[in-house]
Amino acid sequence: MALAQPIAAALSRGRHLLERERVLGPLFLAPAFLYIVLLVGFPFVFAIYLSMTDATTGNPYASFVGLQNFIEIVQSPVFRRALKNTFVFTISSQVLVIVLAKVLALALNRDFRGKGVVLFLLLLPWVAPISLATIGWLWIFHARFSIIDWILRAVGLLPPNANMFWLGRPDLAMVAVITVHVWRMLPFSTVILLAGLTSIPKDILDQAEVDGAGFWRKLFQITIPLLLPVISVAILFGTIFTFTDMAVVYVLTRGGPFDTTQVLSSLAFFKGIVGGNLGVGAAISLFLFPVLFIAAVLILRLARRAEVV
Amino acid sequence: MDQAIAPRSLRRFGLQTGHFLVLALFIIFTALPFAWMLITAFKQNTDLYNPLNNPFWFNEPPTLDQWRYVFTKTMYARWLVNTAFVGVMVVGITLLLAIPAGYSLARFLGRWGEQLGIGIFLVYLVPPTLLFIPMARVVTALGLQNTLWSLVVTYPTITVPFSTWLLMGFFKSIPRDLEEAALVDGYSRLGAFLRIVLPLAVPGIITVIIFSFTLSAQEFVYALTFVTATAQKTVSIGVPSDMVRGDIFDWGPLMGSAFLASVPVAILYYFVLDRFVSGFTAAGAIR
Repeated sequence: MALAQPIAAALSRGRHLLERERVLGPLFLAPAFLYIVLLVGFPFVFAIYLSMTDATTGNPYASFVGLQNFIEIVQSPVFRRALKNTFVFTISSQVLVIVLAKVLALALNRDFRGKGVVLFLLLLPWVAPISLATIGWLWIFHARFSIIDWILRAVGLLPPNANMFWLGRPDLAMVAVITVHVWRMLPFSTVILLAGLTSIPKDILDQAEVDGAGFWRKLFQITIPLLLPVISVAILFGTIFTFTDMAVVYVLTRGGPFDTTQVLSSLAFFKGIVGGNLGVGAAISLFLFPVLFIAAVLILRLARRAEVV
Repeated sequence: MDQAIAPRSLRRFGLQTGHFLVLALFIIFTALPFAWMLITAFKQNTDLYNPLNNPFWFNEPPTLDQWRYVFTKTMYARWLVNTAFVGVMVVGITLLLAIPAGYSLARFLGRWGEQLGIGIFLVYLVPPTLLFIPMARVVTALGLQNTLWSLVVTYPTITVPFSTWLLMGFFKSIPRDLEEAALVDGYSRLGAFLRIVLPLAVPGIITVIIFSFTLSAQEFVYALTFVTATAQKTVSIGVPSDMVRGDIFDWGPLMGSAFLASVPVAILYYFVLDRFVSGFTAAGAIR
């Protein structure tokens, strides 16, 4: 009896607190926030620490080595090749993706029968698990049974019994990796551009037509300028996804032949996880960060500009 | 008259054919690997491994042998179950974390909510390839290496930020008046959220469920890093790593299993893609 009253008072105060948005707000956000701090923030700081130690999988008691890992990897030709490849793959595939996505979005920006099915088939590369889809490409680029080779032989561009060895030659292996990246990102960019296209007011285009503007004039003087923010969104996110991807290279070439298609993330995996050299692996991974950071800043800028407008 | 009409309809016909051709070429490009997987999975090995055979058609009668191999000689069925298990757990955790967080950002935190929301969205852009090495250490420290739980614990780092962002947008679109009316009617603040707002947010929640599930099924880097035991693998790493014996690729079973696991994930994802993309455009350009 004597105890019941304080408890009831405390309970009602507790309930009262739950009525206050000042309390409820942080309380609701806290679980997600803590989780992100613990499993994104902490590992990130830990990555920086690891990159400055000689930690290996076998030896958890690492000693501090300063910037030695970074100096070592920057001098390694394999790393330099991987760094270059990462940029080559990202830039060349993004250029192709944006051009193709623009064409495809224009073709899709009207109604026709069976559009749903057409969209589904076009979106497959983005919506299917990438590691499984890349296995399909592995078979397409097979050394002996490649269907591309079969077609080339059938039309006489390749002598009978000859093969291109797509994944066995450095130059062709690079082409193969870029092809798969283009294939993978095309649907993503197309859908984003399509969202932009449908948001262009129709009367602007109609008015331009009345004023005598043709298809190309409308495209380059109205559609593309109005689409620029959306195009930058597609490029920024596409760049991030391609730049940091490991699945395509891992499944397709394992970085081969002779490390010529290695990218930063796959090299970090082979050195850090397969080779057990955690310090070096973490250091290689961190080279992804500057590009991510720049992309994030650009995204924030776009967002701010959109707010002003 | 007729002469004036003819070129015009001809031009229209030309445009339509061109339109059709453009789309057809793109579809061949995007769908080819999947069509090729499907054909391969029903071919006999003798048909498959003859470079002279037309690869696009059955030179020998189709067979179910490849599928029999997939389900009796490999752990494929187990991987499917594993994938589903991880997916369901990740969906649960994501909902528990992202629904209150999204609501808090949309309603309680005002101007701060907007800034924090974009901040959380940017976390989505932190890729597994940047964190997988320290994360492997974290997983080992938790004693979760080589278990499905390592994935259950880490996948929400990918799903929670984007889901929070999506739900924040969703909650914002629900009129405030509804909650205020509920408060006047005697609901508590929490009650108004649970009974009035949540039911209205069901479409957003379904999007988050599908999104989190498909993302878990697609994930590759963490799974490859944390799990090496065959029986604990998910489809996305089991198929590319364990269906290859040494240097020998069993292309028939490989293609069959890749196809069978891709298509349901693709169909699920397809239904939420619009919302997914509007999450991106909202972050960048269109508002």
